[in-house]
Amino acid sequence: MNAPLIALDRVEKRFGAFTALHGVSAEIREGEFFSLLGPSGCGKTTLLRCIAGFEQPTGGEIRIDGGSMEGVPANRRPTNMVFQSYAIFPHLDVAQNVGYGLRRLGLKREEAARRVEEALAMVDLAGYGARPSGKLSGGQRQRVALARALVMRPRVLLLDEPLSALDKKLREQMQAELRRLQRAVGITFILVTHDQEEALIMSDRIAVMFDGRIAQVADSETLYRRPVSRRVAAFIGVMNFLEARVSAASGSGIEAEIEGLGRVALRAEQAPGGAAGALSAGVRPELLSLLWPGESAERTAEGVVEDVVYYGYMTDFAVRLDGMARPLTVSMRNAAGRRAPAKGERVRVGWSTESVVLLA
Amino acid sequence: MSAAGRSMGLRGYALLYLLFLYAPVILLPLFAFNDSAIIAFPLSGFTTAAFTQLWETPALHAAVWNSLKVGVAAALISTALGICAARAATRSRFPGKRPIMGLIMAPLVLPEIIIAVALLIVLVQLGMPLSLWTVALGHVLICTPFAVAILSSAFLALDQSLEEASLDLGETRVGTFFRVTLPLVAPGIVASLLISFTLSLDEFIIAFFLTGSDATLPVYIWSQLRFTAKLPSVMALGFLLLLFSLLLLIAAEWFRRRARRGAGDEGWI
Repeated sequence: MNAPLIALDRVEKRFGAFTALHGVSAEIREGEFFSLLGPSGCGKTTLLRCIAGFEQPTGGEIRIDGGSMEGVPANRRPTNMVFQSYAIFPHLDVAQNVGYGLRRLGLKREEAARRVEEALAMVDLAGYGARPSGKLSGGQRQRVALARALVMRPRVLLLDEPLSALDKKLREQMQAELRRLQRAVGITFILVTHDQEEALIMSDRIAVMFDGRIAQVADSETLYRRPVSRRVAAFIGVMNFLEARVSAASGSGIEAEIEGLGRVALRAEQAPGGAAGALSAGVRPELLSLLWPGESAERTAEGVVEDVVYYGYMTDFAVRLDGMARPLTVSMRNAAGRRAPAKGERVRVGWSTESVVLLA
Repeated sequence: MSAAGRSMGLRGYALLYLLFLYAPVILLPLFAFNDSAIIAFPLSGFTTAAFTQLWETPALHAAVWNSLKVGVAAALISTALGICAARAATRSRFPGKRPIMGLIMAPLVLPEIIIAVALLIVLVQLGMPLSLWTVALGHVLICTPFAVAILSSAFLALDQSLEEASLDLGETRVGTFFRVTLPLVAPGIVASLLISFTLSLDEFIIAFFLTGSDATLPVYIWSQLRFTAKLPSVMALGFLLLLFSLLLLIAAEWFRRRARRGAGDEGWI
């Protein structure tokens, strides 16, 4: 386990009567790709700006490398930022943009030029140095912003929704590239995003934020499989919610009665938020399956198909299980030789107790 | 009325409007080059005598020189004030900001004669002798709103994250102002200087009330209107002044648009 590089200690930020951050605490490790994920207005950008030094917290403390950042202005912090708008200086060419921050480091001319070239090569823009910045495409501007920050060799690179302005194809390409780049340079990245898929794909760990508080910090898989609350579960991917009643809970296991699925015995870790207040059960649509005659599953339930939504590579079925008021979503990957049941058909749904998570 | 007919009607109205607005202006060069002291049609002949006469009038040269001095002072001072006010208006929040900005912009709509009389009373009360400085002072008052308006739009068009990016890359606040802010709002500053200068150059009422013995160009022109013989040369002078102002305004507009585009704003307003 690496030592924490950044410690957020009950960081609070108020703007007049509005509290953007309610005492947020978290630790970010050296070399980690850490994401702040949440809907707009949850305080993720404010937190990032506090780390960068553009906002001063009204309470708590931010430490980088053990040193308090209180009163340290943005220009003296070991952080660099990639802005949402990229903030490419329009009056400077590509090389002048990338080399902007090197001027104050007192480097020799050749040394600075070499580092600029190196940084441009790192983002696949070798030879673009003399281009005026106004002639760049969106993806290129993004790369210049990245090179301009990385050339400073920061301890932490802060990325404020860097991919939100790009179209889908380019965004996916940049996600992979950012990940590769982060591994290559070994610098700690903190990414702010509202796109849960982006966070899941890229991050080592994710902090999910709502209303100025961190709801959960976990790696992608844990966050997806074992969300601590109904709100986190609903924000990350798609989740079927079913009414549940816990009948017995001990250190080793939980017994619960779940609407439509019946009585189940679960392991303690399947109630990540604690079994005590659990009122609902969550099951991911892709962990439910429609069974063909002859197929079997750990547990089965029967119901009627109420709707079919075709996505090409997969199909969503709305299935109302017997005894349930609302339908569940079942996602099936489309496979050769399989006929999809039509609306109104009776189907068997297969599931496993492992797929169930109990939520407050 | 048919759509085509209505369109014709509107076009006719627009033409009449423009004619009413600019026909008197066209008369200026017409009579400036006319070979007669009487301002009336028909034109009697072509001459540049009026312009030659301008060249030989020392009082006029003094007036031009006075106007230049006042114009440059008014442009520099109001633009400097405008930079401060525009920056405060676009970058900070403070109590009473709206009424303060309103008061700064008020001279735009106040009748100039009121400003002129009020200033005159105050200056006399203070015991300040009337001079070119007092004229410049009055001009600063009416130029500043224009400077603030132009510079505000320049500062607004400047993406704030550019200044933050500069700080983030280790530059100091002062360094950021010189390396990022100033180059990007420079076209706006030039536009403000040019417009303020033009306003001051053409301004008559305040200059008339606040000037001492040194007349500015518009005041000089007014004084010459009493002499019929001088009319052609006044026409010539007016024509030159018009040309010069027009050039300045075109230059200012060019810079103002560049200020908006340079800062990443593609809007053509």
